[in-house]
Amino acid sequence: MTQTQAKAPAQEDATNIITGDRISIRFGGLMALSQVSFEMRAGSITAIIGPNGAGKTTLFNCITGFYRPTSGNIIYSNGEDEHSLNRMPIHKIARLGIARTYQNIRLFGEMTALENLLVAQHQKVNHHLISGIFKTSAFRRSESEATERAWFWLRFMGLEKDANMEAGNLPYGHQRRLEVARAMATGPRLICLDEPAAGLNEQETLGLNDLITRLRDEHQVSVLLIEHHMSVVMRISDHVVVLDHGEVISAGTPANVQADPKVIKAYLGEEE
Amino acid sequence: MNFIQALKDALMTAALSAVLFIPAVGMVLKERSLELKLERSLALVAVVFAGRLLLTLARQAGLFDGLKARMAPLGSGIARGVGNLERHNRWLLLFLVLLLALLPFAPFSSNYLLQIFSLTLIYVLLASGLNIVVGLAGLLDLGFVAFYAVGAYSYALLAQNVGLSFWMAFPIAAALAALAGTILGFPVLRMHGDYLAIVTLGFGEIIRILLVNMTEITGGPNGISAPRPSFFGLHFVRRAKEGVVPFHEFFGLEYSPAHRYIYVYLVALAFTIGGIFIFKRLREMPIGRAWEALREDETACKALGINHTTTKLSAFTLGAAYGGVGGVLYAAMEGFINPHSFTFLESAIILAIVVLGGMGSIPGVIIAAVCITLLPELFREFEQYRMLIFGLAIVVIMVWRPGGLLKVRRKSFSRGEAL
Repeated sequence: MTQTQAKAPAQEDATNIITGDRISIRFGGLMALSQVSFEMRAGSITAIIGPNGAGKTTLFNCITGFYRPTSGNIIYSNGEDEHSLNRMPIHKIARLGIARTYQNIRLFGEMTALENLLVAQHQKVNHHLISGIFKTSAFRRSESEATERAWFWLRFMGLEKDANMEAGNLPYGHQRRLEVARAMATGPRLICLDEPAAGLNEQETLGLNDLITRLRDEHQVSVLLIEHHMSVVMRISDHVVVLDHGEVISAGTPANVQADPKVIKAYLGEEE
Repeated sequence: MNFIQALKDALMTAALSAVLFIPAVGMVLKERSLELKLERSLALVAVVFAGRLLLTLARQAGLFDGLKARMAPLGSGIARGVGNLERHNRWLLLFLVLLLALLPFAPFSSNYLLQIFSLTLIYVLLASGLNIVVGLAGLLDLGFVAFYAVGAYSYALLAQNVGLSFWMAFPIAAALAALAGTILGFPVLRMHGDYLAIVTLGFGEIIRILLVNMTEITGGPNGISAPRPSFFGLHFVRRAKEGVVPFHEFFGLEYSPAHRYIYVYLVALAFTIGGIFIFKRLREMPIGRAWEALREDETACKALGINHTTTKLSAFTLGAAYGGVGGVLYAAMEGFINPHSFTFLESAIILAIVVLGGMGSIPGVIIAAVCITLLPELFREFEQYRMLIFGLAIVVIMVWRPGGLLKVRRKSFSRGEAL
């Protein structure tokens, strides 16, 4: 398979931010994903759902560069250029404007919440060694801008009071929100949220729904979402992709997917 | 109230100290046989038992509450200390630096004292360098002495063969040590924890063995002499070669060997302060934050667009440069170096300073370096117990404060006005 050019067929649609073309990945004898094709429109909230072990996180990991697909192609378009993500190292993918959160929180536990957000802006700040050691005015300006952006995202996520607390000591719900804030601080075009509502109560989940919608509406970021809470998926997503045993069994609007007999079968089992 | 618990605790401590004291103090070598003198060690064990019991009881009674409150900010996880306190500290710091700079001119100063203090300063500098690698970037390096050796030998060899001067040696030796750091960095990029420690340990040994065996160049185990430091070309000698003016004549002073000790001490002080200053700045810079983030979670770091390869390499490189500068200072101070000064024990001591002081902490590392280099000197009279006390002190600190003497104070941010 050629990975030189992103010239996969039938998807030259400029409004797709992510196009998955027959992605397969094999771990030893296990086919974790087989021939998964899907499209995600720029500016949409797209959800990936499916029973446990369906391959949702695996697909996420392929998009963000954590895994390399055995075959197939993932194309990312930022409006002007198209990039094939297949062979790209994680940090290069991140620099293209793809940020993510994790199912198991991965914050920098011994650093403060605000420092976590400063690390996320590493690409934007002045990291010239000499100007930093001598604290030139350009360096100080760059740092204060970064700090301001960090405060902005802390406020957006309702974490202002936690700014100078060590991230590892924050309550669970706050850590989840801080992870989203950290991902947003990188200034992404696409944010991939891996079960953002896991472990949250009803109240917190509602708050999170609101935040995710606002991210898209106010900050023009496309959201790719893995979620178990059907209430979240149905309420906020524009497009749903259903995976089961590593294959796409259905895709479409939430209402369509909900009515799809294949989906019902996958979730509830087959009627005898 | 919890008397039983205190008793249990004290018994445990006594048992532990018995394990330590019976072989260390109780066994006495008499001619060719070992004599067991239990009463000596048992007396010590009894002291430990009583002390621990009293300590626990006193703590239960709340005697230490005031002290604890003062220590609390170190461990609470919230960074404090902005504004006034910072300014206050700055004056205190300036005063301390001035005091240290004036030390050689104090009446009680002696060459011996200055030599020990210079060595302490070198250890502070080395520990600051290792603190970048271990404390900030979280890369366990057991072969740090290699860079120290590279620095010292670069100075000695380049001075001997190409006539490199004392001051020129610093940038060049630092660059060579940094190069060695980068060379070590490449193969260990994918390693973590134990594996990394073993490879760095091997690297340290390789350098030492090279120094021992490349006899034609390095002088092998016999070592090599390093030129004494010079004050911008002026040498600290009684009588210089023809056409060369020694330091004391140039300034019209009486010749005194103390000049050289004072000079080395002041140069070491300047480099150590500079090194600490740079370390402090690095920690607050994007690169320092990236190192710490890398230590906390490498994968998450990559997913934020941080190139972990260059970040790790920069930690190794900069840390090694500190080692190189320390090496030049050491070689110039001693005037003679051999591979025996660069054994694994040296790496272990530098690492111990970093770990005991509290990884990433500046004052902690300074205190630990002072303790580790000065304590053995202070206890010279106790000869046989010196190493015992030294070891015991390390154990006590690690039990008392597992995170090191001082926990890092994280910078605290206040709200910007723009929002």
